[in-house]
Amino acid sequence: MSLPPEYMQYPMRRHGMDHDRYPWSSLTDRPRIEWPGGARVALWVTPILQWFPLNMTATPFLAPGGLTMPYPDYRHYTNRDYGNRVGIFRILDLLDRYKLAASTFVNAAIAERYPSLLRDLVGRKIEIVGHGLDMGHLHHSGLSEVQEAELVKRSCDVLASAAGQSIKGWLSPGRSQSWHTLDILAAHGIEYCCDWANDDMPYEMHTSGKDVLSMPLVHESDDRMILQEFRHTEEDWLAQTKDRFDVLYREAERYGGRIMSLPLHAWIMGVPYRATYLREALEYIAGHDKVWVATGQHIAAEFRRQTTR
Amino acid sequence: MTNQADPQLYSFLSYHRRPKITWPNGARIAVWVAPNIEFYEFDPPPNPKRKPWARPLPDVLAYSHRDYGNRAGWQRMMDAMDAVGIRGSVSLNVAMCEHHPEIIEECNERGWEFYSHGIYNTRYTYGMSIEQEREIIVDSIETVRKWTGQSIAGWLSPALSNNVWTMDLLAEAGIRYTCDLFHDDQPMPVAVKSGKLISIPYSLEMNDVIAYLTNQCPPRHYGETIKRQFDQLYAEGERSGTVMCIPLHPYLVGHPHRIQPFAEALQHIAGHDDVWLATGREIAEHFYSHYYDDMLTAGAEVKS
Repeated sequence: MSLPPEYMQYPMRRHGMDHDRYPWSSLTDRPRIEWPGGARVALWVTPILQWFPLNMTATPFLAPGGLTMPYPDYRHYTNRDYGNRVGIFRILDLLDRYKLAASTFVNAAIAERYPSLLRDLVGRKIEIVGHGLDMGHLHHSGLSEVQEAELVKRSCDVLASAAGQSIKGWLSPGRSQSWHTLDILAAHGIEYCCDWANDDMPYEMHTSGKDVLSMPLVHESDDRMILQEFRHTEEDWLAQTKDRFDVLYREAERYGGRIMSLPLHAWIMGVPYRATYLREALEYIAGHDKVWVATGQHIAAEFRRQTTR
Repeated sequence: MTNQADPQLYSFLSYHRRPKITWPNGARIAVWVAPNIEFYEFDPPPNPKRKPWARPLPDVLAYSHRDYGNRAGWQRMMDAMDAVGIRGSVSLNVAMCEHHPEIIEECNERGWEFYSHGIYNTRYTYGMSIEQEREIIVDSIETVRKWTGQSIAGWLSPALSNNVWTMDLLAEAGIRYTCDLFHDDQPMPVAVKSGKLISIPYSLEMNDVIAYLTNQCPPRHYGETIKRQFDQLYAEGERSGTVMCIPLHPYLVGHPHRIQPFAEALQHIAGHDDVWLATGREIAEHFYSHYYDDMLTAGAEVKS
């Protein structure tokens, strides 16, 4: 028994990465970023609005939070849809209360189905970030480039039209990509993408068109991971959120500005018993002087202004 | 006929019926920290026994999650270790030497040890022939020597993938210790066809992958488990020297929401007297010099 010869060969064993999307660099070796007003941390509040179609499929895998029961899975469908009807408004109340800017990741289906929700977001000057068509349409290599481009185009068009703003940011459903997703996003005017979870700061990703900025949206410390995957308590979510902020705030003094994303799935963080924990997290962070609350678009623009020559 | 139900790698030498171990300077416990500095490939070849990524390629989320360690996590982990003077014993995917020599140099400058964790963590030994597995051992020895000047003493199979002959091949190649066996809190001889090999306690329970992902520990709880593990082994070390290992992954422990409780746990350990902050190689050599023969004899007596 043996493995084929290719298994013992390493064509990409070379300096740097084993692909050409970005060069390697270490977080602490990069030029300092100075946020407006001398802020140490840019707080990037990122509510997430998702629609899980009742007849969604697991193609090529079940999206995180996807429906798992035999059709019609009213249980999970409605639990997720709760976020779009009720949960998001609890989050918006808190954003109003502390006067916080935010970027909301929105499945385009939300704009088609619930146009008044988009008006409520846009009325608060919230940035709308593309989040694919819906949670039943993952981006993956089983799609042709044409099919995937159509998904991106439709998502961006629907959102731009409903929001009256061009869509600059992107988060793929399930953070899933094909080999070509970044090229397709660049071709459709996307300037920053949040799918890759490998950094605490932005960095440029190469595409067949313009570079797309990878923005640091946390993965393992987001609300869905902590509360649903790891089954930690709300106290634990709060502790991890505060600890994360404290470390970033401290490091910023030495290394320059940092970014604190705060993913808030409306169907998870928007339930009543979690609201007090979210309020405490926001109060804690907003209680620090050197915090710049900004949208992804503004953070990305400021980052590029300082790093692009 | 071989007995497939029993790995036949060690004899039953129970905790209280074995020669007493004393660590250098009368230390009760040898503590070693083993960062897994790894490279997971974006587009790895398929293996018949294990899929490298859960999602269809490219699994950009899982790939980038691992890549976090080499961009952001490693520095925080290293800072926490530097702060208390703990050297790492690096479980190294040796292709890291080519991909990110900058990280390897930082470790080497601190006097950290390197041992092999295969070529990539996305290349498993499942399905390999003996010759193919010998090839990755030779590659590991040569690569680490070329980039760091060190001769590797230890081995942790890539992603813990093993074959029944793996231990024999390690001993034959002059590897001194394996981290793949979890049967003890002290080093033990491993039965091999030729030469010598020992196991050093590595620990699944203290491993941040197991703690954070399998056992789903909140970060502060992981810090507590490290302290309690230490306190218990420290107390038992009065009877006979124990070993505590903390296996790490910079892509996990190096996150800002996790690093502080971990750093505090290291401070707890380093704040005690009679603790030997060692590397894997140092533990292995002390054991070979003082206890290997006695332990082997004691093991043989149990069998007979």
